[in-house]
Amino acid sequence: MNKLILGRYFPGDSLIHRLDPRAKLISGIAFIFISFLAKNSQGLFLLWLFTFFVMSTTRVGFRAFFRGVRPLIWLILFTVFLQILFTAGGTIYFNWGPIKISEYGLANALFIFSRFVTIIVVTTAVTLTTKPMELTDGLTFLMRPLRILRVPVDELSMMLSIALRFIPNLLDEMQRIMDAQKARGAVFGEGSLFHQMKALVPIFLPLFSSSLNRGEELANVMDVRGYRSELPRSSFRRLIWKIKDTVCMLVILLLIAAFAVLNLI
Amino acid sequence: MAMRLRLDHVTADYQIGPVRSPRVLREVSMSLQPGTFTAVVGPTGAGKSSLLKVLNGLLLPQSGQAEIGDITIDGKSSKRLLKAVRKRVGLVFQFPESQLFAETVEQDISFGPLNFGAHPRNVHALAEKVIAQVGLDESILYRSPFSLSGGQKRRVAIAGVLALEPEVLALDEPTAGLDPTGKEELLSLLKQWNKQNGLTILMVTHDMESVARYADDVVVMEKGRAVFHDSMRKLFEDTERLEKWQLDVPDARRFQLEFEVRSGTRLPRVCLTEDELADALIEVGRV
Repeated sequence: MNKLILGRYFPGDSLIHRLDPRAKLISGIAFIFISFLAKNSQGLFLLWLFTFFVMSTTRVGFRAFFRGVRPLIWLILFTVFLQILFTAGGTIYFNWGPIKISEYGLANALFIFSRFVTIIVVTTAVTLTTKPMELTDGLTFLMRPLRILRVPVDELSMMLSIALRFIPNLLDEMQRIMDAQKARGAVFGEGSLFHQMKALVPIFLPLFSSSLNRGEELANVMDVRGYRSELPRSSFRRLIWKIKDTVCMLVILLLIAAFAVLNLI
Repeated sequence: MAMRLRLDHVTADYQIGPVRSPRVLREVSMSLQPGTFTAVVGPTGAGKSSLLKVLNGLLLPQSGQAEIGDITIDGKSSKRLLKAVRKRVGLVFQFPESQLFAETVEQDISFGPLNFGAHPRNVHALAEKVIAQVGLDESILYRSPFSLSGGQKRRVAIAGVLALEPEVLALDEPTAGLDPTGKEELLSLLKQWNKQNGLTILMVTHDMESVARYADDVVVMEKGRAVFHDSMRKLFEDTERLEKWQLDVPDARRFQLEFEVRSGTRLPRVCLTEDELADALIEVGRV
């Protein structure tokens, strides 16, 4: 549970921490597309350069990022090996039936690996440096145009922020209940799959029951304080677009331009 | 049978993700005699609950060791050893009613004993025994734990731990959130098990009134250290120390101190309950 670094906020006061969540979200999404622009070795170098720049600017420490990559490492390696083994073209170094290790294959594998890792690192940088609440505010703002299509954007963002808000509470509560059941001799993560699944009932049943109770209480409290979903809502936390956010967008534009130039040469 | 609990320079902390919490227990050494009713007091975050967890094998010492009877646990103890410890030391968490999960109260009470290898045929009798011990009617065994009142749930949850037939019962604020009557009833039950069945009891509490009424010994925790472990009366003698540890004084004792200052008469002994106070006042002839 604690290994899940993706979507975890790391308190800090770096430049990236202080950026507007909207700027970070747009940049993060833009970077996913930008990573596909890297087509030659200079492009690859630029991609990694930018990634390291982002990593060091967050001042979170490289270890946190490696933890973000780790859960996906097998998927990445699997794709990389498929590329190495089954892509033909260029000089062929090794040939055995359908399996060929070729120049193109190795190059492709390198590009795919880089794309995967840099995308994960940069998006992790966004979630590591942005408070969940800010992230929700940013998302809500970016989803605003969907209102025209009658998507209940405000309700969705309210649901999202409530859900995010209660994740730590749920984790704490789960730990408490697990401890309580362990004290009664329960053992988790041992025995057959069926056995392990059965062992989860004494955790999840109390957890569900308390979550439902808490949800009901929360709904009552919101009602009492006059929450009405159909009315327009104001926001306590205002997002303010600053110069550094514009600079951030400019950096992204510059990056796109750099790739465009590199691909033309 | 007589099982001693001993902590020897136990230091422990929690690892939460990448963050390591500051030492929750620092070099705690203590020895609990079998059959005593010991209260653990101290400000929030002093390590009271962690102390219970160490005795139950839920929190392993980083250095030092805990002796539960003839079992010694340290940082590398095996799961089997820890399970044996949990059979001997029953741990009742704060708000234990949140651990209830089964369809009927009987099934919930049986959960612990079955985990520890009790025969399914024997658990029914066991459930009947412990439900009577916590002062509830047998008919409640067949109801859903979720349909019970708050106070009943609490007792059922405690019965679920009693069903392990532990030699030591460790409780973390067992009376939190109960009304005064429920609190009084629960504490008298604990005292009764302690006196009649010789159950060793270790209870974390904030309520100095119940400490004065029920405990034999008191452990004071402060910033992860056990700074006091002696008889309850000794604790209340020195009021300056109590203030330093941010501990309350029972009403009767506070009255006595105020009385001694205003009247200039010293009472012959430390009074912790209304009855003791009344007797002492009669003795010095002021009532």
